Amino acid sequence: MRANQLARAWHITAKDIRTYYLKPPLISWGILFPIVMILAFYLRQPVDIRTVMPGLIGMTALFGATSVEAVVIAFEKRIGALERLLMAPISNSALLIGKTASGALFGTATGVIVWLAASLAWGFPLMAGAPLLVILLGSVTFALLGVLISLLMREVFDAMTVSNLFRFPMIFLSGVFVPIGTMSLPLQVFASLLPLSYTVDALRHLLLGGAGAFYPLWVDVLVSVAFAGILYFAAYKLMQHRLEELL
Amino acid sequence: MPSDREWNGMLAIEMRGLTRQYGPLVAVDHLDLAAHRGELLAFLGPNGAGKTTTIRMLGGLIRPTKGQALIDGIDVTEHPLEVKTRIGIVPQRSNLYGELTARENLIFIAKLYGLPRNQRQGRVDELLAQFTLTDRANTSFAALSGGMKRRLTIAAALIHRPSILFLDEPTTGLDVQSARQLRALIADLRQQGATIFLTTHLIQEAERLADRVAIVVKGRLIVVDTPQALRARFQDESALEITVAEPTEELLTKLSNSLAITGVSRSGDTLRLAVTSLDDALRDVTATTQLLHIPLQAIRTTQPSLEDAFMRITSLDADSMRNGAPGNQRGGQE
Repeated sequence: MRANQLARAWHITAKDIRTYYLKPPLISWGILFPIVMILAFYLRQPVDIRTVMPGLIGMTALFGATSVEAVVIAFEKRIGALERLLMAPISNSALLIGKTASGALFGTATGVIVWLAASLAWGFPLMAGAPLLVILLGSVTFALLGVLISLLMREVFDAMTVSNLFRFPMIFLSGVFVPIGTMSLPLQVFASLLPLSYTVDALRHLLLGGAGAFYPLWVDVLVSVAFAGILYFAAYKLMQHRLEELL
Repeated sequence: MPSDREWNGMLAIEMRGLTRQYGPLVAVDHLDLAAHRGELLAFLGPNGAGKTTTIRMLGGLIRPTKGQALIDGIDVTEHPLEVKTRIGIVPQRSNLYGELTARENLIFIAKLYGLPRNQRQGRVDELLAQFTLTDRANTSFAALSGGMKRRLTIAAALIHRPSILFLDEPTTGLDVQSARQLRALIADLRQQGATIFLTTHLIQEAERLADRVAIVVKGRLIVVDTPQALRARFQDESALEITVAEPTEELLTKLSNSLAITGVSRSGDTLRLAVTSLDDALRDVTATTQLLHIPLQAIRTTQPSLEDAFMRITSLDADSMRNGAPGNQRGGQE
């Protein structure tokens, strides 16, 4: 992609960060919900929370990244601003990258804050910042998932509702609270289809020395990259077909 | 304004059999039409005529089902990004970002069009001054009045100095004063040499601003000519304007049935009648108003207007222009 298209993608990202980061759906789903979940778990079992921190960090990144995307694209469709972007000389791939990056950055930021706070509280190893890369990779994947969902929905409310249909099962089936290794075989197969499983599993390797991890670390990274690639391709194709219908 | 013969032959916009279907509905039907460089071409038709769909195809936002659109000779479908750098589009909705100020919106659009950093601020200041928005530069878009929003939306379309401007129903929803200001602005842009493709359902707007008028109904081009030439087609027909206390539906129906009257349009208490014979029409008007006990308050003859010509050409009346041609509605999209 040419440099000028990448620059335009960044301008879209910067504008979205500025415009949407204080929108109510983002605050409630992207920030408050993960905090409430973490507090609820901590108050119930303060001793065990250290072992579920990788899952809570992954969950925070998931909600942060997808909440932004559901707000941004669905909202811009409603006010006609998406048409404004399509009128400008921006390629579909630059538009997709620009829109995905804001969600990925928000997911990464919220996930990293939880990771750093947990590291201070429980002395997790910093691993030369490797958890940051895992959170970033996961957030890119989750943001692309959010783009896919919001491209299919016309309204902000619909996008939020449908994204919850994906997010809540992921919390319970991706090893956030219960390690994948302790699940029944059918649930393990189901977990292997969810991108959050690999983010949480990789964080178990990096923060807990592999305790509760199910896949090798290299599998976690490779499958996460594959998920990001497949979701990017799917979102790009969907964008080509859906944008005309959404105007 | 230059006549048709005076154009230098360079085409800014060209449509060759341009067609767009939505399922079974043909929104735009084999349009063959061109606009010369520096021309203001009005694309006149009722709601649902396919005007917005046409602009979206010309702007590279949607792809034609059939046919070809060319901007400065460049195929829009094959080179949409190249085309988008040459054109500015003012959509029907003023769709800038409500959370950003007027200045921030223009800066953002300037970035999207790749204006160099050292030129952005100057260009934005220039446009804010040109559109008399300097004192509102730091007001959020959401807090601007409808007229100001419209002006800022036009300013945003001009940020990269396009030579071709598409205006989609620019005065719709504006109060009289704002609409008048906007028409003066459009006339100024035309004087500065921009090619302007203006869609409207307001016949008077097209007549006042356009070098040529293309009349489109149900996605089909009916006729394209200068307003003078369109009116001249019906010079042998006179028009009669009558003012009555309360024009009833019965009066309108009876007048429409007169053989001497070929069209009736209403504006408040005044009825404008396109007539083939002044004597016969006057006799019918007098007889009908007496029969219905409706006192005539004023009566005068006028030359045929573009509205009369439009009504004769399309068999539509002014109400159809506002409400949409029957049988061609597709939600809010044309």
